[in-house]
Amino acid sequence: MSKTARQSAVPLSSHGFIGLAADRVRGRGHLRWLVHAVVLLFVLFWFVPILALLLSSLRPQAETAASGWWMALPRPAFTATNYMLAFDQLRVAGSLGTSLAIAIPTTVLVILLSVIGAYALVRMNFAGRTAISLLLVALLVTPPQITLVPLLRLYNLVGLSGTIPGIWLYQVGFTLPFGVFLLRGFIASIPQELFESARLDGASELRIFRSIVLPLSRPIMASLGIMAFLWSWNDLLIPLLFMGGSSLPPPITVNLAGLVAQTTQGQGPLMAATFLSVLVPLVLVLSLQRHFVRGILGGAVKG
Amino acid sequence: MDITGLVPLLIVLGAIGIPFLVYLALGLGEAVLSLCPPGPQRAMRPWLWLLLPLGLVALILIYPVIVTVATSFQDARAESWIGAANYRWAFSGAMLDVIGNNILWLVIFPVVTLVLALIAAVLFDKVSYEPLAMTIVILPTAISFTAGAVIWTQMYSFQPAGSPQLGTFNAVLQVFGLGPVPWLIQPVVNTLALIFVAVWLQIGIAVLILSSAIKNVGTEMIEAARLDGAGEWRIFFSMILPNILPSVLVVLTTMIIAALKVFDIVYVMTNGNFGTDVIANRLYYELFAANNLGHASAIAVILLISALPVALINIIQFRTEVRP
Amino acid sequence: MTSVAIRALRKSYGTIPVIRDVSIDIEDGEFVVLVGPSGCGKSTLLRMIAGLETVSDGEICMGSRVINDVAAKDRDIAMVFQSYALYPHMTVAENMAFSLRLKGIARAERDRRIAKVGELLGLGALLKRYPRQLSGGQRQRVAMGRAIVRDPQVFLFDEPLSNLDAKLRVEMRSEIKALQHRLKITTIYVTHDQIEAMTMADRIVVMRDGRVEQCDTPLDLYDRPANMFVAAFIGSPAMNFLHGMVEKRNSGCSFMSCDGIELPLPPGAGQLEGRPVVYGIRPEHFGLGGAGSLQARIRLVEPTGSETMVFLRLGETEVVGLFRERIAAREGETIPIRPDPSRIHLFDPDSGRRLI
Repeated sequence: MSKTARQSAVPLSSHGFIGLAADRVRGRGHLRWLVHAVVLLFVLFWFVPILALLLSSLRPQAETAASGWWMALPRPAFTATNYMLAFDQLRVAGSLGTSLAIAIPTTVLVILLSVIGAYALVRMNFAGRTAISLLLVALLVTPPQITLVPLLRLYNLVGLSGTIPGIWLYQVGFTLPFGVFLLRGFIASIPQELFESARLDGASELRIFRSIVLPLSRPIMASLGIMAFLWSWNDLLIPLLFMGGSSLPPPITVNLAGLVAQTTQGQGPLMAATFLSVLVPLVLVLSLQRHFVRGILGGAVKG
Repeated sequence: MDITGLVPLLIVLGAIGIPFLVYLALGLGEAVLSLCPPGPQRAMRPWLWLLLPLGLVALILIYPVIVTVATSFQDARAESWIGAANYRWAFSGAMLDVIGNNILWLVIFPVVTLVLALIAAVLFDKVSYEPLAMTIVILPTAISFTAGAVIWTQMYSFQPAGSPQLGTFNAVLQVFGLGPVPWLIQPVVNTLALIFVAVWLQIGIAVLILSSAIKNVGTEMIEAARLDGAGEWRIFFSMILPNILPSVLVVLTTMIIAALKVFDIVYVMTNGNFGTDVIANRLYYELFAANNLGHASAIAVILLISALPVALINIIQFRTEVRP
Repeated sequence: MTSVAIRALRKSYGTIPVIRDVSIDIEDGEFVVLVGPSGCGKSTLLRMIAGLETVSDGEICMGSRVINDVAAKDRDIAMVFQSYALYPHMTVAENMAFSLRLKGIARAERDRRIAKVGELLGLGALLKRYPRQLSGGQRQRVAMGRAIVRDPQVFLFDEPLSNLDAKLRVEMRSEIKALQHRLKITTIYVTHDQIEAMTMADRIVVMRDGRVEQCDTPLDLYDRPANMFVAAFIGSPAMNFLHGMVEKRNSGCSFMSCDGIELPLPPGAGQLEGRPVVYGIRPEHFGLGGAGSLQARIRLVEPTGSETMVFLRLGETEVVGLFRERIAAREGETIPIRPDPSRIHLFDPDSGRRLI
């Protein structure tokens, strides 16, 4: 997923688009039906591929070879075989495990280091503060490809290639400019008096960070967390390059990319594996949609 | 190695152990700082806090950029200087087609995404089931490009004419009595087909941004326009569009960057075959199959330079925001 | 509890001076109010005492100890902010407990002190609530409670009442004063409201442009303002000023304004004969009628019930009079007024300094 620019606005109100029901379609009848028709078509079109994936992953091998996924609607015949095959032969469980082992620490570290960096950048006065901010803005859009040649050599040199901590290191470093930027605006909107009050109450800088900054930034940290997790979980390029030669099962994206090329297992298990790979991010986005929306808008919208 | 035992261990190490160490290091630094007089303490504190974040960014982003720029003027093994030969190679022969594909991506992907997202944002705003519609359009943004590629490989699946079509699109064409299209094989059509996969995956971001911008346009202004007798088209083009231009720009720049970096979709769906290759995929090939570090670096620098205008726009935007 | 001494204090942001050579001695248990127009440096001075701003030059002492280089967290000073600065993610009790926890005070002792302060301020029922669930007045009390529970050496208040409505402000004014008298903790209070300053302070420090214009008890400040700025700043409605000369008259000395109005002077004014002066008289020090009255034309009458404020024209000068009496006269008519010569002030027109 692409990373978006701009620093966060004031903490966005809790509803992005959710919860507005007033001011709906007006105008003449046929126009209204046209609006509904276009919207429904749009939504259907966007949903069909996901439905196709789910149904394909559940259909028996014989059905899949003979007819398209939509035939499961009039002729429902479902089986869990594909999922069993995916686990048995495609190392999906191992891959999901590797993906988790990459994504969870990456997420936590991105959040922590982003809060630390954003707090220092927003709340401390020092020469070079603007320069650093501008540098980070510029780095927001750096294509990852520019980093590959030197880092592959460096990783080989210090023995980080093929290791999961190596992936953490890369993904955290790469996501930090975005993280700092998402948090910047939010932390800047915490009233200065709170920090001063805490200082007069006897709190050290570290204590203020732990007792004031961290708890107050929870909502925006959740937003950053979802986005960081998604990027890490969905990343193909970096694990593809940096996990080479590892004895661990490849992360799920790398595993899938490899499976597409070889058609020996058939469509079903591949679809099952793919559905399993999208299940975690889908559940995450659906259950934490508000934070996800805030992350996207906070990282992008301005003006 | 047994992964099942390793996963929890790695997670505990990375998600609890390292953060704890980071916090400990900060505490240690603060303890050392507190021994200093207040003046130097104030001067040094920001750098203590920025040390880790900036250090990581320097290691992962800044240092590699510098080295890559240097390597782009070196030979395949990055051992001797060969001037601009890598760039001459990058702008000649087969590479021209690759660059042409990237230009196609750079133009079509942002424009199609923007137009479709505008339509969705405006129309969703007018229906009562907007939250549901929005949720569904957001769903693909959670899906990896890799999984998206797998899903759409099936959607685009092609069988020779006469045999039953298993791909959704060709099946629909068949219903209308049209011949099947080899979506991923026929040149130009296949690049467009790949671009559309990216549109499907990314449009949620654009719709969210535009939708929120549209809702921020003052309803009073729109109602006043309506009272003045303006129609819906008029309101969109003279009221809404001018007011959401900054967000349109954000969408465009975001999508341009995504188009520049696009790799996963091409790598998984065609691996650059049938004339669909793009710069990022070619870079992967140069790096692994051809082992030509000079070529790979030159391609990467071209990507970076293409991203510079967007970086510049962002910097200008940022400066105006920070200075009210 | 401690005394606070400020000696030759200076502060500048870059080349812009905000505090220029301020010296104030505050006694143990005293209630001192810093007052002045916005931008006079009063808040900066308070924040320097708190340790939130660095000192460019000079000294701040608590007791006999110079605290210039003591970090804010180690000064044992509590501050009530204009915005209250309550921690939004902590309950009222947690807000109050925060500083006690940092001091390492045991749980039982913390609870005891919070309960006591809660009772003192009538917050008992609110201890479990979050700041967002409180009204403005309740938040203000919590902010005070958070300061009191610490039992600090010094209280600082930075315009703590300006976010409250007028009625609540008056109530809290007397409540804070009563609390301070009871707790006897040295208090420094910043406000731009001179009535707040007058009603609450043991001593008032009037500031302008980073300097102390005068430091005195409220009534001394009112009766004997050191210069025209203080005279104009303290008292509402503000003192009237007329420009003119001290001239010899048959009975002694009189003030003769530029536009030829003659006003009476107190007996001691003879030494100023022949000097140009500014004649200052507070609106409430005009009498109605009697010997030596002047006819003043009424421009506007504002009755408040208990008093009547009258905007008058005396020669070419606009003056304001404040009378206990009801005034029946209307705009355009004249009334006889007479300054009380024992309550008038004379200032040097160049320096603004008080002459008598």
